[in-house]
Amino acid sequence: MGISVEGAFKSFGDFQALNDVSIEVPDGSLTALLGPSGSGKSTLLRAIAGLETLDAGQVLIDGANVSRKPVQKREVGFVFQHYAAFKHMTVFQNVGFGLKIRKWDKAKIAARVHELLDLVQLPGLADRYPSQLSGGQRQRMALARALAVEPQVLLLDEPFGALDAKVRKDLRAWLRNLHEEMHVTTIFVTHDQEEAMDVAGQLVVMNEGRVEQSGSADELYEKPANEFVMSFVGEVNRLGDHFVRPHDMEVVLDPDERTEEGMVQRIVALGFEIRVEFVLGDGTEVWAQLTRNELQRLELEEGQIAYLRPVQAKSFNGASPDDGSGASTPRGPQDGGDAEVSAPV
Amino acid sequence: MSAGNSLTSRWSLRVLGLGYILLLLLLPLALIFYKTFEDGIAPPLDAITSPDGLHALKLTLIMVAIAVPLNTVFGVLCALLLVRHKWKGNVVIDAVINLPFAISPVVIGLSLFLLYGTTGWLEPGLAEAGIKVLFSVPGMVLASIFVSLPFVVRETVPVLQEIGTEQEQAASTLGANAWQTFWRVTLPAIRWGVAYGVVLTTARVLGEFGAVSVVSGSISGQTQTLPLFVEKQYQNFNLPGAFGASVLLALLALATLFAMNLLKRKEDA
Repeated sequence: MGISVEGAFKSFGDFQALNDVSIEVPDGSLTALLGPSGSGKSTLLRAIAGLETLDAGQVLIDGANVSRKPVQKREVGFVFQHYAAFKHMTVFQNVGFGLKIRKWDKAKIAARVHELLDLVQLPGLADRYPSQLSGGQRQRMALARALAVEPQVLLLDEPFGALDAKVRKDLRAWLRNLHEEMHVTTIFVTHDQEEAMDVAGQLVVMNEGRVEQSGSADELYEKPANEFVMSFVGEVNRLGDHFVRPHDMEVVLDPDERTEEGMVQRIVALGFEIRVEFVLGDGTEVWAQLTRNELQRLELEEGQIAYLRPVQAKSFNGASPDDGSGASTPRGPQDGGDAEVSAPV
Repeated sequence: MSAGNSLTSRWSLRVLGLGYILLLLLLPLALIFYKTFEDGIAPPLDAITSPDGLHALKLTLIMVAIAVPLNTVFGVLCALLLVRHKWKGNVVIDAVINLPFAISPVVIGLSLFLLYGTTGWLEPGLAEAGIKVLFSVPGMVLASIFVSLPFVVRETVPVLQEIGTEQEQAASTLGANAWQTFWRVTLPAIRWGVAYGVVLTTARVLGEFGAVSVVSGSISGQTQTLPLFVEKQYQNFNLPGAFGASVLLALLALATLFAMNLLKRKEDA
């Protein structure tokens, strides 16, 4: 079931959580709502579920306007960041809750619950209470509970936010596989761009209650519509009006007319990848991402002077941050000053 | 050295705490038990099983049977209103709920007197309908409800706040309507807060003296609850009777506490 939101507005007192938001989520896709906290991404997800009522605008599920439908009739599966496990119920009762509400008979509920517990890899834990499970297990239980009623759409609100890094990575891969098997239209909210790129096919970047840009991970990274998207999706250095990715910063030992002088402040080895931090003449701090081999070839040391050459830089001058021109025509230096400087390597 | 000091201070704190409880709580209670059975079990038993005594026991249980369920239902609803439906009037409700704690029970009794008495506001209408509130059971029930009203609210509000709304939201996304969500998710989650409120309400209704005394007139065999019976026996120098009824009251309260613990243990097992 495809989901679309059209012209959504929502405010909480003085705070404008959603400010004219429209998104389009294709049937069967896995979409991430990505943004910093307070960007409105959770509010948007909750509005789709019916947990929030929009001040204006509408939510369409499979083409039907569900804006007036109460949450219990929308048939959405919702997974909360802090699991929202029913603490007084066993895992079995938690997962079977929606089926019991739908008055399934006992044998059918039992069969379905066990099938789901196998799917989320929690077989044999049916009689445990949520307090006896780890965080990752609780979240998988919550997912099984949401999937039990065969929802039209699956909505996940920072589903891995409360878990530690290792478990989070495992669950990501697991969610991706699950989605490939089930093909239920899925939207998940995250503030972690790596997680969004890892899991989702489509990303919607939000900021201050607006959609900044949507598209695939590649599109957002390669053709960011504006400064915000560029700096939120991936790392970025700012050089005057220009934005340069750290891996597009070439470090050389001999200056020319395209280089900037900088002093090596710190060299951080992150395995194969090396982070070299510079201070430029005007006090700007930038960093370059090098490989171990490059570092060895350059023989850089902290305190040394070296020269930086931006291989690819972007400028968003003159382009309104909201018109999305960067996404549609990213390589047109003529239109509105969205310029790109490229240098031969 | 410092370990020795903390050990000393820990022990002196324990002695102080235990001593305080012993002298002020347990000693008087123990004395009552002792005095009650000083001359054997017959005198207190006779007093309690006298027609007036049995009537007082019955009346006390009637008070509990009416006031406790009413205040439980009201208390849970009121707590839900205070915690789940934020609006400006909540501040007022929250303050008013505490009034029975703040006002002396005698004053509560007097206020009911003013409302339902022969010169009271509601008297003409009630008299016409043939309802007698003062010096009869309805007035005593009203007084009992009044004095024990805050307990369930006060015990339920913090538990409701603590469980938050996520479980309820999860239930609604799974198709549960408001009624189903309340019975299957909210109530089970707050049940021990409510249960504790019920125990306190029961204890208060069992033991209420001041307010009930004012509105009942304390007529033996008619409008006398156990606490009023205790006082009457005491005034008539029937000490075994007074002590016997006191012990009965204490046992009823203990039974309530015990019942709750039993339920809780059964649940945990």
